[in-house]
Amino acid sequence: MNRFGRYLAMLLLVCVVVLVWGLGTAPADYKVGAIFSVTGPASFLGDPEKKTAEMVVAQVNAAGGIDGKKIQLIVYDDEGDATKANLYARRLLTQDRVTAVIGPSQSGLTMAIIPLFEQFKTPLISCAASHKIVYNEKTGKPYHWVFKTPQSDSMAVEAIYAQMGKMGIQRIAIMSVTSGYGASGREELLRIAPEYGIEIVADEKYDPRDTDMTAQLTKIRALAPQAIVNWSIGPTQVIVLRNWRELGMEKIAFFQSHGFGSRQNIQLAAGAAEGVYLPLGAGNIAEILPDDHPQKEVTMTYLAEYTAKFNEPVSAFGGYSWDAMHLVIDALRAVGDDKAKIRDHIENRKNFVGQQGVYNFSADDHNGLTKDAFLMVVVKDGDWTLVE
Amino acid sequence: MESFTLTQQLLQFMVTGLTIGSIYAMVAIGFNIIYNVTEVLNLAQGEFVMLGGLIMVSLHVALGLPLVAAFAATVATVTVVGMLLDRLAIRPVRQPTVMSLIIATVAASMIFKGLAMLIWGKNPYDLPAFSGREPILLGGLVIQSQYLWVIGFMVLVTVLLALFFNRTILGKAMRACSDNGAAARLVGINTQQMVLLAFAVSAAIGAVAGITLTPIALMDYDRGAMLAIKGFAAAILGGLGSFPGAILGGIILGLIESYGAGLLLSGYKDAYALIVLLLVLFLRPSGILGGMAAARSKRV
Repeated sequence: MNRFGRYLAMLLLVCVVVLVWGLGTAPADYKVGAIFSVTGPASFLGDPEKKTAEMVVAQVNAAGGIDGKKIQLIVYDDEGDATKANLYARRLLTQDRVTAVIGPSQSGLTMAIIPLFEQFKTPLISCAASHKIVYNEKTGKPYHWVFKTPQSDSMAVEAIYAQMGKMGIQRIAIMSVTSGYGASGREELLRIAPEYGIEIVADEKYDPRDTDMTAQLTKIRALAPQAIVNWSIGPTQVIVLRNWRELGMEKIAFFQSHGFGSRQNIQLAAGAAEGVYLPLGAGNIAEILPDDHPQKEVTMTYLAEYTAKFNEPVSAFGGYSWDAMHLVIDALRAVGDDKAKIRDHIENRKNFVGQQGVYNFSADDHNGLTKDAFLMVVVKDGDWTLVE
Repeated sequence: MESFTLTQQLLQFMVTGLTIGSIYAMVAIGFNIIYNVTEVLNLAQGEFVMLGGLIMVSLHVALGLPLVAAFAATVATVTVVGMLLDRLAIRPVRQPTVMSLIIATVAASMIFKGLAMLIWGKNPYDLPAFSGREPILLGGLVIQSQYLWVIGFMVLVTVLLALFFNRTILGKAMRACSDNGAAARLVGINTQQMVLLAFAVSAAIGAVAGITLTPIALMDYDRGAMLAIKGFAAAILGGLGSFPGAILGGIILGLIESYGAGLLLSGYKDAYALIVLLLVLFLRPSGILGGMAAARSKRV
């Protein structure tokens, strides 16, 4: 054996010793996995989600953990790529052997990994919005192991259409981004419109990395609808607002999806967001909630903790992760790390007060929210204002 | 609400298409300059655009430098980055085949993107428009003043490049390198310096594209790859290596996207551009203006 070989052997031995020693003494932590789009085009979702989940876990661990056991959070970054999400889901389930997983950040990616969680019988609490995540079209019931914390797009659409009803708006144009988020919102906008007597005169789309939507808006302007509903996330929802204003289309009311729910977007729009309507969860607007609102306390606490720690505004996305993480912690506290019991516990959880609503789960509803989890706000003087 | 005629709509689509097309054209020109001298496709070309936009935001918005000073400093900084790319990633490659050099540029683009993410974070940034956000109204036509800046800078870059390549010794030396590297070396032209110069000029043009684009479309660390793809498509469409081709290719691509989104289904906007690109490649593999460039030069 040459010298290099000896070194290698010694190194291996040290590794083995450390590993065995580590296994012997470390307390058996609760292992929770997380998959978020921390980088890539949807990083504005994954970044606050990761930060929030880590903050929540650190708080619980600092307070002594759950019955003396610490939570070990294993976070992977799918970079907005379904293949990577699938890979990391597999790694969490087969190598890291986690008890439950929160995430992914995006609907398309969640759909891509649901079969794995059904197969490995592990609870998944998604932070993505599409109602298809908790509705199996084949059985007409939710997927057994899958939950989600964000409100469904259909709830946001209903909140928007209800507001339009109050404003006497009937002819609208819709715009959406060609991603899972946009496609899902578009589908709901088209599906629910007849129920509210709304006519859709234009149905325009654009790419998530497009730099200009003037062409689509020009087409819409010629059709003269009463309102535009835009369904996108990321820089495009700011660019589209600017184009709307630059084209002098202010007479056409502008509705954004709840994806616009971050004050950074108002700042980036540089004044173009004034007068824009959107549905938001309580977590986005903690400061302007009335004091008797059931979510006032949890949202104000999260707001204070998050802004103090990360020095950036809170977003709905961090709230999704807060709710998912706390649901898992709530279940771990109640039933320990038995996967089936965790699933059952969450399914039967009522009156869980989170950032995005008061959850009432059931066997038929793995989201646990209604359209009342949305409040309509309008942008006024660079901030959200509740619409009465 | 006033009504809008089809002509007004068509003109509006044209304005948008020309603007976005100008950006693509600038990226395509950057591709061509490096390609002509080295036969390498610099796939980090889009990152120059991204860096241009983000450095400008830092200098102009965060540090408060006046517009012109920040503009010059940004272009200078990105030019240095381009030269570093040549010195650190391209020249040290031991067996410089075209393929290994292209892969080196891919690696460089990932590094630029990663560094940009660390420095600026993941949020998009805004830059004030050069001459205010008040749009110019022309009949029913709405023109953002920034659109004119983009198109203007594209024209300026073209004119300066034409002067450089046709009127200066340095420019002629670069053309000599692209026509025949071995012969250029024989007559005493330092080809390595020409390669360095090509990277510098490409980076500078990328920076200009980024600075002018940011007030319209915001800028974030992740934007480079998409712009590189569009610029590359424009370069291929016009004929790789041809400068008039790059401009034509960029403008055509921008117009197809804009008219495609406005008149047909907007969801397939990128597909229209790709279909036209494929058609051109089938019917005329050298690109629209590629034949002339190929006939004029190249190794045997």
